[in-house]
Amino acid sequence: MPVAASAIYFLNLRGDVLINRLYRDDVGGNMVDAFRMHIMQTKELGTCPVRQIGGCSFLYMRISNVYIVIVVSSNANVACAFKFVVEAVNLFKSYFGGQFDEDAIRNNFVLIYELLDEIMDFGYPQNLSPEILKLYITQEGVRSPFSSKPADKPVPNATLQVTGAVGWRREGLMYKKNEVFLDIVESVNLLMSSKGSVLRCDVTGKILMKCFLSGMPDLKLGLNDKLGLEKESQLKARPAKSGKTIELDDVTFHQCVNLTRFNSEKTVSFVPPDGEFELMKYRITEGVNLPFRVLPTIKELGRTRMEVNVKVKSVFGAKMFALGVVIKIPVPKQTAKTNFQVTSGRAKYNPSIDSLVWKIRKFPGQTESTLSAEVELISTMGEKKSSTRPPIQMEFQVPMFTASGLRVRFLKVWEKSGYNTVEWVRYITKAGSYEVRC
Amino acid sequence: MSGHDSKYFSTTKKGEIPELKEELNSQYKDKRKDAVKKVIAAMTVGKDVSSLFTDVVNCMQTENLELKKLVYLYLINYAKSQPDLAILAVNTFVKDSQDPNPLIRALAVRTMGCIRVDKITEYLCDPLQRCLKDDDPYVRKTAAICVAKLYDINAELVEDRGFLDSLKDLISDNNPMVVANAVAALAEIQENSARPIFEITSATLQKLLTALNECTEWGQVFILDALSRYKAADAREAENIVERVTPRLQHANCAVVLSAVKMILQQMELITSTDIVRNLCKKMAPPLVTLLSAEPEIQYVALRNINLIVQKRPTILAHEIKVFFCKYNDPIYVKMEKLEIMIKLASDRNIDQVLLEFKEYATEVDVDFVRKAVRAIGRCAIKLERAAERCISVLLELIKIKVNYVVQEAIIVIKDIFRRYPNTYESIIATLCESLDTLDEPEAKASMIWIIGEYAERIDNADELLESFLESFPEEPPQVQLQLLTATVKLFLKKPTEGPQQMIQAVLNNATVETDNPDLRDRAYIYWRLLSTDPEAAKDVVLAEKPVITDDSNQLDSSLLDELLANIATLSSVYHKPPESFVTRLKTVSQRAEEDDYPEGSESGYPESPAHPVDGAASPSSSSGSRHPATSPPVAAAPAPVPDLLGDLIGLDNSNSLVPVDQPAPAGPPLPVLLPAAKGQGLQISAELTRSDGQVFYSMLFENNTQSVLDGFMIQFNKNTFGLAATGPLQVPPLHPGTSARTLLPMVLFQNVAPGAPNTLLQVAVKNNQQPVWYFSDKISLHVLFTEDGRMERATFLETWKSLPDSNEVLREFPGLVIKSMESTLDKLAASNMFFIAKRKNANQEVLYLSAKIPRGIPFLIELTAAVGVPGVKCAIKTPSPEMAPLFFEALEHFLQS
Repeated sequence: MPVAASAIYFLNLRGDVLINRLYRDDVGGNMVDAFRMHIMQTKELGTCPVRQIGGCSFLYMRISNVYIVIVVSSNANVACAFKFVVEAVNLFKSYFGGQFDEDAIRNNFVLIYELLDEIMDFGYPQNLSPEILKLYITQEGVRSPFSSKPADKPVPNATLQVTGAVGWRREGLMYKKNEVFLDIVESVNLLMSSKGSVLRCDVTGKILMKCFLSGMPDLKLGLNDKLGLEKESQLKARPAKSGKTIELDDVTFHQCVNLTRFNSEKTVSFVPPDGEFELMKYRITEGVNLPFRVLPTIKELGRTRMEVNVKVKSVFGAKMFALGVVIKIPVPKQTAKTNFQVTSGRAKYNPSIDSLVWKIRKFPGQTESTLSAEVELISTMGEKKSSTRPPIQMEFQVPMFTASGLRVRFLKVWEKSGYNTVEWVRYITKAGSYEVRC
Repeated sequence: MSGHDSKYFSTTKKGEIPELKEELNSQYKDKRKDAVKKVIAAMTVGKDVSSLFTDVVNCMQTENLELKKLVYLYLINYAKSQPDLAILAVNTFVKDSQDPNPLIRALAVRTMGCIRVDKITEYLCDPLQRCLKDDDPYVRKTAAICVAKLYDINAELVEDRGFLDSLKDLISDNNPMVVANAVAALAEIQENSARPIFEITSATLQKLLTALNECTEWGQVFILDALSRYKAADAREAENIVERVTPRLQHANCAVVLSAVKMILQQMELITSTDIVRNLCKKMAPPLVTLLSAEPEIQYVALRNINLIVQKRPTILAHEIKVFFCKYNDPIYVKMEKLEIMIKLASDRNIDQVLLEFKEYATEVDVDFVRKAVRAIGRCAIKLERAAERCISVLLELIKIKVNYVVQEAIIVIKDIFRRYPNTYESIIATLCESLDTLDEPEAKASMIWIIGEYAERIDNADELLESFLESFPEEPPQVQLQLLTATVKLFLKKPTEGPQQMIQAVLNNATVETDNPDLRDRAYIYWRLLSTDPEAAKDVVLAEKPVITDDSNQLDSSLLDELLANIATLSSVYHKPPESFVTRLKTVSQRAEEDDYPEGSESGYPESPAHPVDGAASPSSSSGSRHPATSPPVAAAPAPVPDLLGDLIGLDNSNSLVPVDQPAPAGPPLPVLLPAAKGQGLQISAELTRSDGQVFYSMLFENNTQSVLDGFMIQFNKNTFGLAATGPLQVPPLHPGTSARTLLPMVLFQNVAPGAPNTLLQVAVKNNQQPVWYFSDKISLHVLFTEDGRMERATFLETWKSLPDSNEVLREFPGLVIKSMESTLDKLAASNMFFIAKRKNANQEVLYLSAKIPRGIPFLIELTAAVGVPGVKCAIKTPSPEMAPLFFEALEHFLQS
């Protein structure tokens, strides 16, 4: 059964119900007590997001300071349930101006009730596109096209759009200047052993799009991925242009992309929603250009002293630079005193996370920087010190660089009125979980 | 911009309810709206505002959609507590359902469906009928779901009013969202009905596959889930379906991806071309890996499912082990699942890398995770023979770190490694012994003691080591005590010198005289007797070679695995349990028994086993165990039973809870009369052998029709084929004239066995203080002896069948018997521990294969051939003891007749 929920609860960290909605009769209204008693108030909390208590199952997620709990008693579709929560939160955020927490819920409870009624019926998720819902569920609550009051913007066929084949775009949009912004955002995930060998490395990228286009445009996106290029050259019966091509391990698309067409022709064609959305996500594991190399050396000098040396090298183009570089170097819990020198940026010891935090605001390409620190430890009573040593973690952003080498080759826009569009493309690479064991 | 609704939560000094009442009746619209908001705010924080029902309903007739929605919300919450007043709202509902605004029409129908009050339901039918045929797709899609709601409240009404047909018509609707909702509603109705309602034909299939391209992401999930039940006719159709579904793997919604994977896996079963299968496996891997970059909760769901998928198709992710390496900041539940999958994917090719990872994890902070990592190393050693040595050296390195719980966990797994590779790695025992003092957990201690006992002859100071444990013998937990006892006996048998002799005496004394633990005492007595009568025999028993253990990382039974794979993305796939084991409200079973190739077990059978009430009562307790054979893995183990208290607390539907098993109610069905009152001078005895909870009982009824009190009842059984005898005295109270008493006498087997050819005769003698001894005879029906562990795996069945010579096969025909329904027969057989294994069709006849076992492990392999409803049943059995065959047929005949 694709049922996703019998009831949904929003609780604050103390376990008070902020808002709830029962969709089906098969769970009692006070099931949330069982959740509080058997999960929230025990060590269980956070050990497993799916739990069975009595005849009911609880699926829960924490988002900022709110627990969202779904209760079901049938063999529900869990993937559907969690995805519904994620999407619902995105929807609320788009209504509340990006904020989702206890206060936002209290301040908008009428609106949330209304949305909850609309986005799920009898436990089955319905249309959750903010773009469409905003047509007829508004904060003023009076913008219904059929109410006797004249609304400021008439929406002639909201219901057709909710259920329509293009359930994510409304008709009749008009812009003076037709513009499309493409943001290619990549996160590099790296796990490197202390000896410098790469244990796991991948890039998860997403293409974010901001569309300000009139009418019902058809878009087609071309990337420098191997599959797409090969297919294209097959179709056009001419050899592919030489140049760097990359191999995408996997791609997933926003619901606006025609998947059948992608499958047969390998082209990304779609009618975009208005405004901002995530067009596609991709993953690459081969041929990743790591922007940074981290070389740690840690020496233990007797029981109470340690010497930490970390060298960071930037290996992207010399004309580029990284921003907001943060390197967290873990030190033992019983650290008493630290002395360090850095060749650039600033470092300090943060006892609450047991780490040396080294920040470099701007890190040019093809350079290197080092931190050398001496750490003094409190000698503990003969206790064997714990063997745990978390990895060094790194954060950064490198504009105009893609770790995967992905490039946008073209973005074509067709609309029956034949207007011209301006396209903007930006690239940025961020650190995902960039970890180096030491 | 965010709202400021929080002001509605503030309270005023004056009594809240009267004030709200006043405001609700205000003449100003805005004030009324604010008042309703306050009411809803109060409702949200759990205050009872049901007393305002009438006043709120009065606000219902409004042009303002927001206000209307709030009133409706209030109605959904309180209509049930005020059913009489709810009728006030009906008029507005009906009116709204004809409003020119489709949003309001849909809202009215949607809300009415949520109000489970009979009076409202009555009025729902007409609007619903209209809305199902509405011009606006938004209204139709809402009405489609509403049919499912109505079915949940009143199934008959839905069938009588023909809503099912209207719903089926919507499958051909031109709007994809209407189609998707209609499919969801029909699938749900089908799940709750025993009749075939929503059958997917190849025509519907085509329609739905087309709709798949156009509907919303959620609609795609509904359709894919419904279609995954479809069984393709042949490989070609399956290939076509898969081709249409594969593009869904690229969807951003994880639920769509998982449902597509489910459907592809189902259809792959039919596809014969290895190329296509390989290609599909290649296509499924990347989307599955991508799920691991979603939110941790979704990752968890994905990982639990991947765990199942790699058990079925190990090749899919064989090259992707790196993506399951744990990130330092992964939540613990994600790490644990990744570890499990890493073990499954570990191979000779990647083991070095995997071991490096495990070693890294073994130094992390979370104790449970560290332990699991250590255990994982051991499991890899057991799984991969060529890597065992490397695994062990990693374990030894970890032991050297001397972190207490790491050492203990390592010792536990090393014991298993010794069991897997006997006489190979004993050189490391010395290293293990160094950590002896740090052991404080029972399992680790027990493992260490086992190792010392098992290899006593190679450990020079084994006696000293064991002696150090013996000092605290009385305080040790039972697990350790049992191991100590066995290890001491082993030591003594291997080194029968003075030291061990003293130790053994001390231990046996401790374990027999000074303990209340029956297990320990029994084991000690057995050793004692063995040692005192025949030390050589003791050696044969205690030092016997142990069977080599095998890897358990691919643990799920194949039929269970298939069922779980058919439930990908659902709770069932997360719990690794079949849906019926945790869903209490599942209504249909009858239909599925036919489709599924494996037995439903006795669970579905016990409510309707009229012939053998006691057996029936016994089966639920055994079914949970026998359903998945004894090797049930730790992961899939059922969670601790939930206290009934909670069930009561939250008002669960307990109608399906187990029948208490220990004491059958005194008023059972009549027992056969064995000693009529005429023969027994007024005493009438009825009795029958029954089976309950794995034990044989003699169920007896004494009726005193004499004029005097009868007391001092005693019973004696003559020698019989199975050596059935009473375990204790007969417990019958003094019987007053005209009264009766019922008792259950526990029986044992093989007490005084009658020699000669097997027969069913059971001669019984009963006496009391007032009358002479009465003799009567009863029949031993073989089915009471069938043990609960008689279930056989399909492969074992085939093997056993082949291994037995043809001379052991006995055939019997029962021309007069009729099987009316396969299911109920199977249920009945299962209730008596005759377990269904497989079936096939032969012309118009059904051929069933079953297994059963009688004590001392004598199996019966049964082949039943019959056509449903036609007289004539053929039964062939194969068993190592063909002389039992006549008894078996007698029991079966009796059984099928009743």
